[in-house]
Amino acid sequence: MASRAKQLSLFEPSIVRPAILASFKKLAPQLVAKNPVMFVVEIGSLLTTAIWLRDVISPSPNAAPTWFTLSVSLWLWFTVLFANFAEAVAEGRGKAQADALRRMRQDTMARKVRYWPPREDVPGIANEDIIPATRLKKGDLVLVDAGQVIPGDGEVIEGVASVDESAITGESAPVIRESGGDRSAVTGGTKVLSDRIVIRITVDPGESFLDRMIGLVEGASRQKTPNEIALHILLVGLTVVFLFACVTLVPMGLYSGVHLGATAIVALLVCLIPTTIGGLLSAIGIAGMDRLLRKNVLATSGRAVEAAGDVDTLLLDKTGTITLGNRMATEIIPAPGVRMEDLADAAQLASLADETPEGRSIVVLLKERYQLRGRETKGIAHFIPFSAQTRMSGCDLGERSVRKGAVDAVGDHVKSVGGEMPPEIVQAAWKIGDGGGTPLAVSDGAKVLGLIHLKDVVKGGIAERFARFRAMGIRTVMITGDNPRTAAAIARESGVDDFLAEATPEAKMKLIKEEQGKGKLVAMTGDGTNDAPALAQADVGVAMNTGTQAAKEAGNMVDLDSDPTKLLEVVEVGKQLLMTRGTLTTFSIANDVAKYFAILPALFVGVFPELAPLNVMKLASPNSAILSAVVFNAIIIILLIPLALRGVRYRPLGAAALLRRSLLIYGVGGVIAPFIGIKIIDLGLAAIGLV
Amino acid sequence: MTAIGWLQIALFLAVVLAITKPLGAYMFRVFEGDRRPLPRFFGRAERALYRLCGVDAYKEQTWAVYAFSLLAFSCLGVLVTYAIQRLQQALPFNPQKLPAVEPALAFNTAVSFTTNTNWQSYVPETTVSYLTQMAGLAWHNFTSAAAGIAVALVIARGLTRNRGPSGGKTVGNFWVDLIRSTVYVLLPISFFYALFLVSQGALQNFAPYQEITTLEGVKQVIGMGPVASQEAIKMLGTNGGGFFNTNSAHPFENPTPLSNFVQMVSIFAIPSALTWTYGRMARDQRQGWAIWAAMAVLFFAGVTTLYWAEGHDSPAVRGLAQVQQGTGNLEGKETRFGLASSALFATVTTDASCGAVNAMHDSFTPLGGLVPLVNIQLGEVIFGGVGAGLYGMLVMVVLTVFIAGLMVGRTPEYLGKKIEAREMKLAMLYVLIFPLIVLGFSAWALAVAYGTSSLNNAGPHGLSEILYAFSSGAGNNGSAFAGLNANTRFYNLALGADMLMGRFLMIIPALAIAGSMVDKKVTPAGLGTFPTNGGLFVGLLVSVVLIVGALTFFPALSLGPIVEHFAAGAGRLF
Repeated sequence: MASRAKQLSLFEPSIVRPAILASFKKLAPQLVAKNPVMFVVEIGSLLTTAIWLRDVISPSPNAAPTWFTLSVSLWLWFTVLFANFAEAVAEGRGKAQADALRRMRQDTMARKVRYWPPREDVPGIANEDIIPATRLKKGDLVLVDAGQVIPGDGEVIEGVASVDESAITGESAPVIRESGGDRSAVTGGTKVLSDRIVIRITVDPGESFLDRMIGLVEGASRQKTPNEIALHILLVGLTVVFLFACVTLVPMGLYSGVHLGATAIVALLVCLIPTTIGGLLSAIGIAGMDRLLRKNVLATSGRAVEAAGDVDTLLLDKTGTITLGNRMATEIIPAPGVRMEDLADAAQLASLADETPEGRSIVVLLKERYQLRGRETKGIAHFIPFSAQTRMSGCDLGERSVRKGAVDAVGDHVKSVGGEMPPEIVQAAWKIGDGGGTPLAVSDGAKVLGLIHLKDVVKGGIAERFARFRAMGIRTVMITGDNPRTAAAIARESGVDDFLAEATPEAKMKLIKEEQGKGKLVAMTGDGTNDAPALAQADVGVAMNTGTQAAKEAGNMVDLDSDPTKLLEVVEVGKQLLMTRGTLTTFSIANDVAKYFAILPALFVGVFPELAPLNVMKLASPNSAILSAVVFNAIIIILLIPLALRGVRYRPLGAAALLRRSLLIYGVGGVIAPFIGIKIIDLGLAAIGLV
Repeated sequence: MTAIGWLQIALFLAVVLAITKPLGAYMFRVFEGDRRPLPRFFGRAERALYRLCGVDAYKEQTWAVYAFSLLAFSCLGVLVTYAIQRLQQALPFNPQKLPAVEPALAFNTAVSFTTNTNWQSYVPETTVSYLTQMAGLAWHNFTSAAAGIAVALVIARGLTRNRGPSGGKTVGNFWVDLIRSTVYVLLPISFFYALFLVSQGALQNFAPYQEITTLEGVKQVIGMGPVASQEAIKMLGTNGGGFFNTNSAHPFENPTPLSNFVQMVSIFAIPSALTWTYGRMARDQRQGWAIWAAMAVLFFAGVTTLYWAEGHDSPAVRGLAQVQQGTGNLEGKETRFGLASSALFATVTTDASCGAVNAMHDSFTPLGGLVPLVNIQLGEVIFGGVGAGLYGMLVMVVLTVFIAGLMVGRTPEYLGKKIEAREMKLAMLYVLIFPLIVLGFSAWALAVAYGTSSLNNAGPHGLSEILYAFSSGAGNNGSAFAGLNANTRFYNLALGADMLMGRFLMIIPALAIAGSMVDKKVTPAGLGTFPTNGGLFVGLLVSVVLIVGALTFFPALSLGPIVEHFAAGAGRLF
C-alpha cells in the first residue's frame, strides 16, 4: 500500500536541492515576518552584518575583531537559513506527494454527454463533446469506457465498472463502482478497467478533492492550527522577555563599567530566544499532514490532525475494522417439520437480489452445499430491499412471500400475517447469537422455515491493538447492527471496551452527542450517505474513499485505502504531531541554561575576572564562547530536522509514563546536550586556530 | 548553622502544614460553601455591610465587571489615603503634631498600601500620625489582602467551575468576596492575634512619644502608638508595612522569639491554606497539595541556601582579628532572633510578598542577599501574597501545562479544560509585565545620575540595591534591601508606578484568564490526560517557575549579587 510513500528518504536530493534554493528565497522579510522568532534573528543578522561592514570600512580600535563580527553574522544568517530549509524540506516532501497526485489528473480528456438518457433524435456521436477534464463543471455528465481515465470526482449514475484506484491508493486490486448505494463515488484520475459507466461530476474545476488536498500538503493554503497559534504566542512572549532582558543589560553593563558590544548582545539574544522550536514549528505541522498522507489519509485541515491526538472515544464499525470483511453464511437450520430443501429454496429466493456480501455468501453456500443454481427471476419476482427500519429483505413471487432478516423482525412480520415464531427457532437463534454469530430467520408467508447462521471472523491482533488504546486512555466502542448478544460475544472476543448494538444512524448520532456531552472528543469512520450526519458531528470523521461523496464531504479526513483500521493510525499521527511540538519546545527552553553559562561569563569576565568560575565549560576565550553558542544554536536546528519531520515516536504508555520519558530525554537532555555541544564546537574553533 | 536552627526551620514548615487544612476548609466554607460559619454573628455583620453598600449578594459578575469593581475600589482607596496623609495635621490622633506628608511621598505611600506592597519610603515615627496609620494604612492592610483573596478565588473558580451557577460567564461578585474575606477571615483572626501580641509585649496605646533618659544618661525618644492591632494584619495579610521604621526587628513590634515564630507562621497561613481551598474547589484535594508541594520545595530551597550562606562568616570580616571567626554573618541581624530565625524570616517574607523584615537584607552575604531577591523575582508565587501567591502560581500552572502538556500527545488541558490561544496570550501578558517593569525601571535608575545618587554602595552591590527596590515594588513585596535612599521624587514616583503596574496590570490578565476558562467544556480525566496532581507535575511546575524567573533575571543578577559573590570570594568588596 504505502510503497509509493516509502520511496522518499529523509534527505532525498530531489527535495533537498530545491529546498536549499527556497531557503534563500524565504529570506524575504515579508515571508520571515510570519514567524516573529525568526524575524528577530533576521534583524539581528542584518544588524551585525552592518556592524561588520562599518568596522571593515572604518576600523576603530575599540570594536570587536572583524573576523568575530563576521563569523557571528554568518552564523546568524545560517540560523535563519536552516529554519527556512526545514520548512522548505517539509514543503518539498509534501509537494512530491502532491505532484504524484496531480500527475494523474493531467491531460485527461472527458467525454461530456449532452443528453442522458440519450435522445432518439441525437445519434451517439453527436451526443458527446470531447473536452479537457479541467473544464468540467459541477453537474456535467461524462461517459467512461473500459481503459479510460475518469476525468473528475463524481458519482456513478448508471452502470457498474471495475476501477483501478491504485494511482490514489496504491492498492493494485481493482474495486467495484456502481450506481446507487454506497459505492457510487469515483475519484478523478482513476482508471476504469471494465464496462462502461456514466458519471455525474460533483465538483467545479479547481475545487476537486485532489485540488484541495494538493493545496494543503504543499503548504500553500496551510493555515496555522489552533494549538500552533497558541504555541506561537508562547514563543513570541518568550522572545519579548529575552529581548528586554538583553536590551536592559546594556545600561546595567554601563553602570557596572562593562561596555557590551551590539554583536555580543545580538548573539546572546538569538541564543536565548526559542529559535529551535521557532524554526521547526511550521515544518512539524507540514510533516504531520505529510505523515498522514503517507498512510494514505488525506486531512482536509490541520485542525483535524490536532483533534485526532485529543480523541477520547473511537467509534469503530464492526465490519471491516474488528471483524474480517463480512459475515459469511456457514449453515442453515430448518424449523421443526420443514425440509432442508424447502428452507434452502426459500433462502435462495430471498437472497438472489440481495447484493450485500452476506446475501451473496448465502447464495454461495447454498450453491456449494445444496447444489442450488441461480434462476431467472427477472420480471416475475418483486424484490423487497433491505431497510434499516424493517431490518428484512426478501421477494414476492406469485403466491409466495419470502422474507429473511433479523429474528425478531421476521417474528413481528410473521405475527402480523397470523403466523408464529416456533420456540425451537428462537432457542437456536439464541445459541447462534451467544456464539458471536448472527442468526437470520427465513419465512414464507406466515410460516417460519428456519435460520441461516452468519458468522463473523475477528481480525487477528485486534485485541492487542485495543489494549494499546486502553493504555493511551482511549475508549473503543464497536458499532454494529447486530443484536446485543451477538455484539457482546464479538466485543468479548475482540477486546473492545464497549459496543452499540442494533445501531441505526440515529443511534450512532445519539451516541456521538452523548459522548461529546460528557466533554469527550469522538472519532469515527464511515462510508455511507447515512453516515454523513454522524461524520460531520464527530470531531474526527474519517470517510472511506469508496464511500459516497456526501460522506467524504462530511468527514474531515478521507482514507484512500478505505481501511477502517486506519483510524488507529490517524490517532497516533495526531499524538505524534503534538508530542513533537511539546518535546522540541521543552528542549529549546532547556537549552538556554547552558547558553547562559557560555555567554554571560564571556560578556563580563573582562571587567570582573572573578566571574571565571562561571565559565564551567572552560571555553577558550570570550569570543570563542559567544561564537560557539551561536554555532550550536544554528546547527541544532539542522540536527533536529529529521526529528521534526519524522515526529517523536509515540508509545502507548499512559500519560504519566510518557511524560516522564519525554522529560528525561528532552528536558534533562535539553539541559545537558548544549553543554557538550558548545564545548565540542569551542574545541574545534580552538583547533583550527580561529580563536 | 546549628541543629536547633534546622529544627526551627523544620518545625516552622510542619506548623504551616498543620494549619493548611483546617484554615483552608474554613475558607472553603466561607467562600464556596452553602452554610457559612457562625451565621448569627458573622452573618449579621455580613448582611449589614451588604445593605450599607447596596450589594446584591446573589448577583454574580463577569470578569470584566469584577475587574472594574476592583480597580474602582482600589482607585478610591489611593485617593482617600492620599488625602488623609495630606491633611493629617488638621485631623485628630496626631499627638506629635506631625505635618502633612509631602505629595510625592504621600502618593508613593498611598499606592504602596493599596497594592499590598507596603513599601515604606517614609519613616513612620516621624512622618505619619496615628490616624493615618489606622484609617489610611491599616484599612488597606485589610482590603488589599481581601482583594488578593478575591482575585485568587476568581481564577480558582474559572479553572474549577463546571459551568457557573447562572450558566454563563460569571466568576463571582467582587463586593461579596471582599466583605466575606474581611468579616469571616481577616478581622476575627487579627483580633485574637493582636491580643496575643499584646500579651507578648507589643504596644497598643494612643500616647504621645515618651522621652526617657537611658542608663548612660542620654535622652531618647521612644515611639508609642496602636502597634499590636496594626501588626496582626500586617503579617496575616502579607502587607509588611511596619508601624516603626525597623519593622519586625523593633522590640515593640516583635517582642519575643515566640511572637517572631508566630509572625512567620501567620505570613504563610492564608496563602498556604488557600491551596487547600483550591483543591477543594477542584474537587480533587491532590490538585491543591501539588501546588502546595511545589511552593514548599521552592521555599525549602531558598531557606536552605540563605541559612547556609549566612551561616558562614561574611567575606568582609574574614580573617579580621577583632571579629570572632566562625559564628556566621551576624552583621545586621537581631541577636534576639539569631541566624536561623533571621534567615527563615527573610525567606518567608520575600517568598510571600509580605515585606516585613527582622534583619537587614543589605547586610547579608552576596549569596544570602541573592535568595530574597530571587524569591521576589520568581513572581511572588512561593506561597506568595495573600491570594496573589495562588493566582500567580495558577498562571504558572497554566504555563507549565501548556509547555509540557503537549508531550503526552494531547492539546494542553488543565482540570479538563483546554488551554488555547486566548489563555496563552493572557498568561504571557501576565508573565511579560513583571520583567518588563522590573528591568525597565532598574535600567533607567542605573543609567541616570538622579537614580544612582541615592545609592550608599557602588558597584554590584549598588546594582543589587536598585534591582531589589524595583523587584520588591513590582512584586508587591515591599521589603527593602536598604542602602538606597528611596525618598526622592524620582524613586517615589517610579516606585509608585512600579507597584501600580506590578499589581493591576497583572491582576487584569489573571482575571481575564478566569473569565475565559470559566465556561469551557470539561473533559473527564483519563489515562491519556496529563496528570497535574502528582510528584512529576510538582517537579515540572518548580522547573518552570525557576526557568521563567531565572532565565529572565539571570543576566541582571549576574551583574549584581552573583558577581559580588565571586568577587568577595576573591577578596574584592563593594
